[in-house]
Amino acid sequence: MTAAPAGHAPPTTPPTSTGRTTELVLLVFAVVLVAAALMIVELAQGEPLTWEVAKFVAAFAALCAAAHLVVRRFAPYADPLLLPAVAVLNGLGLVMIHRLDLGSSRSDELLKATERTHNADQQLVWAFIGIGLFALTLILLRDHRALSRYAYTLGLGGLIFLAIPAILPSSMSEINGSKIWIRAGFFNIQPGEFSKILIIIFTASFLVSRRDLFTTAGKQFAGIDFPRARDLGPLIAAWAIAVGVLAFESDLGTSLLIFVTVLVMLYIASGRVSWLMLGLTLFALAAVIAYQLFFHLQVRVAVWRDPFEQYDTYGYQVAQSLFGFATGGLFGTGLGSGRPNIVPFANTDFILTSFGEEIGLVGLTAITLIYLILVVRGLRTAITVRDSFGKLLAAGLSFTIVFQLFVVFGGVSKLIPLTGLTTPFLAYGGSSLLANYLLLALLIRISNAAREPDSPKPKPKRSVDSMATRAVQRP
Amino acid sequence: MNKPIQRVAVAAMVLVLALLANATYIQVFKADELRDDSRNARVLLDEYSRQRGVIVASDGTVIAQSVPTDSKFKYLRQYPADPRAFAPVTGYFSFVYRADRGIEAAQDSVLNGNDDRLFTQRFMDMFSGRDPRGGNVVTTVDPSLQRTAYHELANADCAGPCRGAVVAIEPGTGKILAMASTPSYDPNKIATQDFTEAEKAWTALTGDDADSPLVNRAISSLYPPGSTFKVVSTATALHAGLGASTRLTADARWRLPDSDTYLSNDSGSTCPDASGGTVTLTQAFEHSCNTAFAQLLTEKVPGKKVDEFTSTAKSFGVGEDPAGIPMPVAKSSVGDIGNDLAALGQSAIGQRDVRLTVLENAVIAATVANGGTRMRPYLVDKLQTADLRTISTTSPTTVNSPLTTDQANTITDMMLKSEQSTAGSQSGIASKTGTAEHSDSSDGGETPYAWYIAFSPNTNRRIAVAVILENGAQGQNSYGGVVAAPIGRAVINTYTGGGR
Repeated sequence: MTAAPAGHAPPTTPPTSTGRTTELVLLVFAVVLVAAALMIVELAQGEPLTWEVAKFVAAFAALCAAAHLVVRRFAPYADPLLLPAVAVLNGLGLVMIHRLDLGSSRSDELLKATERTHNADQQLVWAFIGIGLFALTLILLRDHRALSRYAYTLGLGGLIFLAIPAILPSSMSEINGSKIWIRAGFFNIQPGEFSKILIIIFTASFLVSRRDLFTTAGKQFAGIDFPRARDLGPLIAAWAIAVGVLAFESDLGTSLLIFVTVLVMLYIASGRVSWLMLGLTLFALAAVIAYQLFFHLQVRVAVWRDPFEQYDTYGYQVAQSLFGFATGGLFGTGLGSGRPNIVPFANTDFILTSFGEEIGLVGLTAITLIYLILVVRGLRTAITVRDSFGKLLAAGLSFTIVFQLFVVFGGVSKLIPLTGLTTPFLAYGGSSLLANYLLLALLIRISNAAREPDSPKPKPKRSVDSMATRAVQRP
Repeated sequence: MNKPIQRVAVAAMVLVLALLANATYIQVFKADELRDDSRNARVLLDEYSRQRGVIVASDGTVIAQSVPTDSKFKYLRQYPADPRAFAPVTGYFSFVYRADRGIEAAQDSVLNGNDDRLFTQRFMDMFSGRDPRGGNVVTTVDPSLQRTAYHELANADCAGPCRGAVVAIEPGTGKILAMASTPSYDPNKIATQDFTEAEKAWTALTGDDADSPLVNRAISSLYPPGSTFKVVSTATALHAGLGASTRLTADARWRLPDSDTYLSNDSGSTCPDASGGTVTLTQAFEHSCNTAFAQLLTEKVPGKKVDEFTSTAKSFGVGEDPAGIPMPVAKSSVGDIGNDLAALGQSAIGQRDVRLTVLENAVIAATVANGGTRMRPYLVDKLQTADLRTISTTSPTTVNSPLTTDQANTITDMMLKSEQSTAGSQSGIASKTGTAEHSDSSDGGETPYAWYIAFSPNTNRRIAVAVILENGAQGQNSYGGVVAAPIGRAVINTYTGGGR
């Protein structure tokens, strides 16, 4: 035997690290971060440090552990950053909701004291249910491509689900003036959050099945190749229904979200910017018409242009939100030391304002970057996964997260007009949390497929050389 | 498909960058403006949980203070000493209605501790770990005088609750010794931490049927001065070289120049002590004869009569932009007389468009009392840090000298005589009464404004006062000498120890 020549290492198997250790370390970090944030809140609010705090942290740690174990067992190759990013967001959200609970009854933080709320406990319950749904999805759905087979069923289900609040009487569907709920006794569901995911699944599947449409041109008009109407018909119909229903329910945020996500998926599938341009032109037209038709849109735009002009009425929320952001400044007042409760809907639509006030621009930037990590890792999954359906689905799901963040954050900080949407994972609300954990499960499932090594080809038991061969002389 | 996905990733980053750029704009560049917005409740909440400075009277009597509470708000603003009497001075500081009126509003930055002059204290407090505290305001108000002024005013003989004001000034310095206004209010009721109660109190004070108790009638309201303005008219004549013995018409009725309008004496009769149909200026002043003063200004004063009158009024501070005391003061004015001698005749007796604040009328009295030298009135004597270290003292400021000493003595002499012709007269007081018509209708059916301006020339504790009462109980007969004079005398006597 001679030593192998230098620089020519013997062929070894590639590192088989699946990233699970990285994930675990990051999750531990998330738990520590959340525990620290919670302590700061308790101290700043002058609350005694009791076992409640420890229980809260333990519950959160248990959530993380459960999620990690499920991923380890059922999606061992998944991207190790997705789950920790979500854990940090969910954890910080819980801390802020708890902090707002504490502030809700303090008259020195509010203009008028209200009753002490207990939203954090409820949100924790939702997080447990969310993780349950997450686990269930990963356990039952072993291959994301299976979803493609039920695309039409899921899409139709999504639309029906979405339309239910519009049909139900207001007493069963309206909360705070938004008719986007299904009120079912002990809990309320906002179907739009789930429908969003179902429609993305449908769109991804539909676009993949009609992919050839984009390569073989139909009619050409103004430099854009249009497929025949009947080929895109179902998609456009589904899309129109979704957006129409939402417009009817005045859920501008969700309708904008679905509109733009489907458009982006269309762009990804076709690879043609012209489709994007066409969509945006249509959107602009629709926006102008809607602006003329709907008073509440005019109000939104007027408030966006100057929230202080109608301070006492429509502009109040946004104006208060801006006060909150400004008070926070660069570094914030410190967790538990600000007065985020002054802003209406501080734990739902305006939870980013609460963070902006207490952890400042620096903290908000950190939170935003965590979202960006989540989204970029999702898009990376889309690039690496081999099947087109998986690509479109992962890209669509990832994009909705960043676009939803854009609509919410942009709305509360007066970058764009305010539309009612919740901040994924951060804001208080069961439907939103459940739907987003479902979304995360799908992303992790696709990511697992993307990073899973090629299933090794059945190797011959022995090499050809070592086989007992005999030279047979030709006669 | 990978290329478009990469582009989408870039788009995602662009979206996030746009969000962060916008957040930077709001949280860094626009932050100061938004933080300082008066509608941003956080600022008020901060102030409410910080120890605001005290407001004290000249002898150290606390008239506004913040006391620690057990409630969620750390401090409660209290007005401990006769709050209704001191309300025009203190104003109020309420969580719901903020700092408004009085010293609370005018010295807000010192009291809440944000004033730059308190920087050192803030800096030291930060180091010693103390909560930041506000500075103190020492006013010029004499507490017993303020109480007398308010209670005399509130308990006067009025049709319904008395509406009126009293201002007392130390002539030599311009210190405002008392500033009362009725009806008044209890600032404690607005400052309470029970916001429902505060709202109730507020509604009661601002309701339609309330007599505007929140209005400080001493500095915010303008009134026709009536005959008290004859002091300024007399000064105009003295400037023009006329003297106390100048003879004027004693007619009961007198036709104003270039018009068919007749001016009559208040009593409707000939001026008393007339000889040959005329009286001296002193006699006219003593008996407050309108026709004589109309003639004095429109006929006797040589040269540009209107200009002489308005410039004299201006030298007394009428029409001047009022320097803060530090509260905002309404601007007194003689109105636009133009070249109308008839208008001048009416203005000479303090009617037509002449409008004074009670403070300005007190300044006129104080100027005469001070030998003709006008001092700028002020209400804040000293500003202090929470540790009682003085950071600023107001020094008396001479504005000008509208009268020579001789002229001042001449007017003082006339005012001493005038007092003697007034009901309930008291020796040792120089005064001028006024009964100002202000009715819109020509029959003048409304109760006139009763005025009394006075000072005490022969005492060590010198004081000048101006009193107005809007609604004396005697209806049209609510003369200044009858309803306003007793209040003025009581205030002077409280201060000098004179009287009965």
